[in-house]
Amino acid sequence: MEVAVHNLCKAFGAVRANDDLTLRFAAGQIHGVLGENGAGKSTLMKLIAGFLRPDGGSIRFDGREASLHGPGAALRAGVGMVHQDPLDLPAFTALENLLCAAPRGAIGSRAAGRQLLSELARRLGFTVEPDAPLASLTVGQRQQLEIIRLLACGARVLILDEPTTGITAAQTRALFAALRRLAAEGNTVLFVSHKLEEVAEICDTVCVLRAGRLVGEQLPMPVPQRRLLELMFGAAVAQPTAGGAGEVRITALRSEGGLPANAGEDGTPALPGLHGSPTTERIAGEAVWQLAGVSARAGSVALRDVSLSIAAGRIVGLAGLDGSGQQILLRLLTGRMRPETGHILVNGRALSGGGSRAYRAAGIEYLPADRLNEGMIGALSLTEHFALLQNAALVDQRAAERAARAAIADYAIKATPVTPISALSGGNQQRALLALVPPDCRGIACEQPTRGLDVASAQAIWRRLLERRLAGCAIVFASADLDELIAYSDEVLVFFAGRVSAPLHRAELSVARLAELIGGVGFGGG
Amino acid sequence: MQSQELNLQPEPGRKQASGTWWATLRLPLLALGGALALTTLVLLSSGVSPLQAYRILIFGAFSTPVRFSDMIMLAAPLLLCATGLTLTFSAGLYNLGVEGQLALGAVAAMLPLRLFPELPPALLWSLCFACAAAGGALWALLAAWLRLSAGVSEIFAGLGLNFLASGLALYLVLGPWRRSGSASMSGTELLPRELWLPTLGALRLAPLAPLLALLALALVWWAVRQTRWGLQLRAVGLNRVAADRLGVPAQRRIAEAMAGCGALAGMAGAIQVLGVFHQLIPNISSGVGLLGLLVALLVRADPRWVLPVAVVFASFTVGSVQLPLALGVDSSIAGVLQGALVLFALLARGLSRRVTG
Repeated sequence: MEVAVHNLCKAFGAVRANDDLTLRFAAGQIHGVLGENGAGKSTLMKLIAGFLRPDGGSIRFDGREASLHGPGAALRAGVGMVHQDPLDLPAFTALENLLCAAPRGAIGSRAAGRQLLSELARRLGFTVEPDAPLASLTVGQRQQLEIIRLLACGARVLILDEPTTGITAAQTRALFAALRRLAAEGNTVLFVSHKLEEVAEICDTVCVLRAGRLVGEQLPMPVPQRRLLELMFGAAVAQPTAGGAGEVRITALRSEGGLPANAGEDGTPALPGLHGSPTTERIAGEAVWQLAGVSARAGSVALRDVSLSIAAGRIVGLAGLDGSGQQILLRLLTGRMRPETGHILVNGRALSGGGSRAYRAAGIEYLPADRLNEGMIGALSLTEHFALLQNAALVDQRAAERAARAAIADYAIKATPVTPISALSGGNQQRALLALVPPDCRGIACEQPTRGLDVASAQAIWRRLLERRLAGCAIVFASADLDELIAYSDEVLVFFAGRVSAPLHRAELSVARLAELIGGVGFGGG
Repeated sequence: MQSQELNLQPEPGRKQASGTWWATLRLPLLALGGALALTTLVLLSSGVSPLQAYRILIFGAFSTPVRFSDMIMLAAPLLLCATGLTLTFSAGLYNLGVEGQLALGAVAAMLPLRLFPELPPALLWSLCFACAAAGGALWALLAAWLRLSAGVSEIFAGLGLNFLASGLALYLVLGPWRRSGSASMSGTELLPRELWLPTLGALRLAPLAPLLALLALALVWWAVRQTRWGLQLRAVGLNRVAADRLGVPAQRRIAEAMAGCGALAGMAGAIQVLGVFHQLIPNISSGVGLLGLLVALLVRADPRWVLPVAVVFASFTVGSVQLPLALGVDSSIAGVLQGALVLFALLARGLSRRVTG
C-alpha cells in the first residue's frame, strides 16, 4: 500500500513539529526517515499511524484520503506502528497479547491464534514462544511479537521507530531479513533511525527531516553518508574519519547553543575521546570506588563476587546487552541497591550498608537514562532544581536563579531559568542533568549518557563529562554504543549474563573484541 | 501541581497577555456554569424554583447573625482540614483518612477533659488541642507507615482507618464514656459550660476556632511556598524517584506531610468537641473531613484559594439547612452543588489538559 502525505502540518504550542510536509512512500519498498532529535520524525510517524491528528493537510493510503481518529482506525486501514518501547501488556503471554489485540472475529480460537502466531513467526524467521509471559522476553523478542501482531491484524504498512535500539545484533539481522521479506511481498516499511549505517544497509529511499520540514527531496539509496549528514545537520559536516578498528566513524560538527565546534582549523573533526583527551596516567588518582567480593541479584540476573577498583580521573565503560548486569553494578555503585555479600568502599570508607543518600553525601552522582522520570522533576524549572539543592531552610530565590543562569550559560542549555524541564529537548535535558551535578562530585555513574541524542548533542555531553574527569571525577558509564565505549573509556568491563569480564584497557579495545565478549565468546565455562 | 499546569503552557508570549483574564477565568467559569446547570436540573425535577433555592443556598448563611456564626463554626474545622490536605496534596498523597484523623483528634481531645477536669480552662484547652493534634498526627502516621513500609496505598489505608476511628468513637460513646444512667447514641455527657470555648455573646461563634484555622493556613502557605521543605514536598509529589536522586529525603517528607495533615485535622476534631458539639458524638466529624477533600480537590492544593472556597462551601451547607422549611426540599441539595462544582472543575481541567497537551 502506498502512503502519501500532502502539506501535512502539526504544531505543539509554538513548535511546528511538522511543517507543510509532502512525501510519498511507495509500496514494496523500505523507506528511511532520517533526522536529528526533534526534527519531526516521530510526529510524522504518529500522524500516519493515527496516534496524533494533523492540524492541516492530508494523509492518503493508495490515493484515498484517510481520516484517522486513532491507532485502531489506522490499523484497520492497514497501517501499524512498532514503538521504540513496545506498547504491550507485560503481564500477558505472547499469545494472549495477540488474542486481545486482534480485531473481533479475526482469530477463532486459542488454537487458531497459536497456529497463526507460530506460522507468522516461522515465515519471518522470528522465535517467539506463544506461552512465555512478555515480562520474561527481551525487548527484541517483544518487538518481534509486535510485528507479528500488527501483521495478524492486517497491517500492510509497518512503521518502525528506532527499532534497533536495545536489541541484539542477531535480532537486528533477523529484523532486517524480515523487513526485506515483507517489502518483497509488497508491504511498505517506514524505518525511522539516527543510525546512518542501518539506513544505508536496508533502505531503498531516504528522506531527511529538519525542524519539521523536508530537506531537499526524497532520494533513492544509496546516498553518500556525507550528503546525508549535510542534509541532517546543515552545511558544516565532518568527513568520515578512521576509528578504532578500521570501521568508519561518523562525526557531525555543529556548533550548538554557542559552543565552539570541536574542530581543527582545517575542518577535520577532533574526536574528544581519541585525540583530545589527556593521557590517563596523568590524572589517575586514588580510588573513588572499591568493590570487594560483591554479589547482588536483580530479577534473573545475578552479579557474583565482583572485585574492582575505580580511581579518580578514570572513565570506565560498561558494555553488554541490556540487562546483563550493568544496571546492577550502576545501582550498587550509587547505593540504589545493597550488596548481598561483600563490601563497597567510597573514598576509602565502607558504605555497603548505606542508601542512595549516603552515597550522594559521599560525592557520588547517578545520571539515569530516563532523564524525565528518574533524573529531574519535569514540572519544576532549573531555578527550582537549584533551590532544591540548597542547604538552608528558606529558599534563596535569587541565589537559585543565579545558579540557573550560570548553568544555562556554562552548559549552553536552551532554556530560561523558569522554563519547566519537561519543555526542554532531550539534549538540553541531559545538559541540565549534568549542570545539576555538584562541583565537588567525586564519582559519576551514568546510564546511557547519550541515548536518544544526535551526534552534536552527544559530543557536547562528553565534553562536559571529560571536564569533570579532568577535575578528578571518576566516571562509570553504561552504553549500548560500541563506538562511544571505545572512544571515551580508559577501560571497559563487558557484562554477559551477570558475569563481568576482566577490564579491557584502551589499547586492547576494538569493536570486534567487544562484540565477541558481548555475545559471550571468551567468558569460558557455561 | 499548580505550577505544573501553569508552566506547561508554551512560552507565554505577548500575544497572550490581552487574553490572560479570560485564560485564567475560563475554566472556573465553565465549571461553575456546568455545576449550576446540573443543580438547576435537580431542583427543577423536584419542582422547586431554582432562583429561590439559590437565594437561600447562597445568602442564607448571611441572613442572621446566628446563621453567620454557624457558618463560621463550620468553616473553621473545614479550613483546618483543607489546609492540612494542602500539605498532603502537595506531596502527591490522597489522604482520604482525614475523616478518621479528625475523629481520632476529637477522641484525643476528650482525654484531658476527662482526666483533669479541674485544671484552669485555658490550660485545659491548650492540652486538648495538643492532644488532638497528636492523636490526628498519630492516626495519619499509621497510614503513612502502612504506605512506606508495606506499600499500602494511603487511599485504602485511610479509608480503613476511617472505619476504625469512627468505630472507636462509637465504642467510647456507648461504652466506657457513656452517660451516667443510660448509654445513648446521642453522645457523651455535655461538657460543663465553663469548658466550652468562649463565644461572642449569645452567639455560638467561638473566635478562637477561626483564628486558629487562619493561623494554620498562613503557616502552611508560608511553609509550602517559601521554605525549602515545601519545595521538597512538591518535588516528592511531582516525581518521587527524581526527588530522591536530587537528595530529597522523600520518605520523611511523605511522613511529615501526613503527620501535618493529621495534626490539623485532629485540631478540627478538638474544635468540634470544644466549640461545636460540646461532647463526643459518634459522628463527630459530620462529614467535615470529606468536605475538606472536596475543597482541596477544587483548589488543587493552592493555598491562595483555600479560604474563599472553604467559606463558600460552609455557607452553602449552612444555607441549605433552611431549605426543608422554606421550600420543602431536602438540605442535601448543598451537597449536590458542592459535588457538582468539584466534578465540573475536574472535568474542565481534564479537558484543558487534553486541548493543550
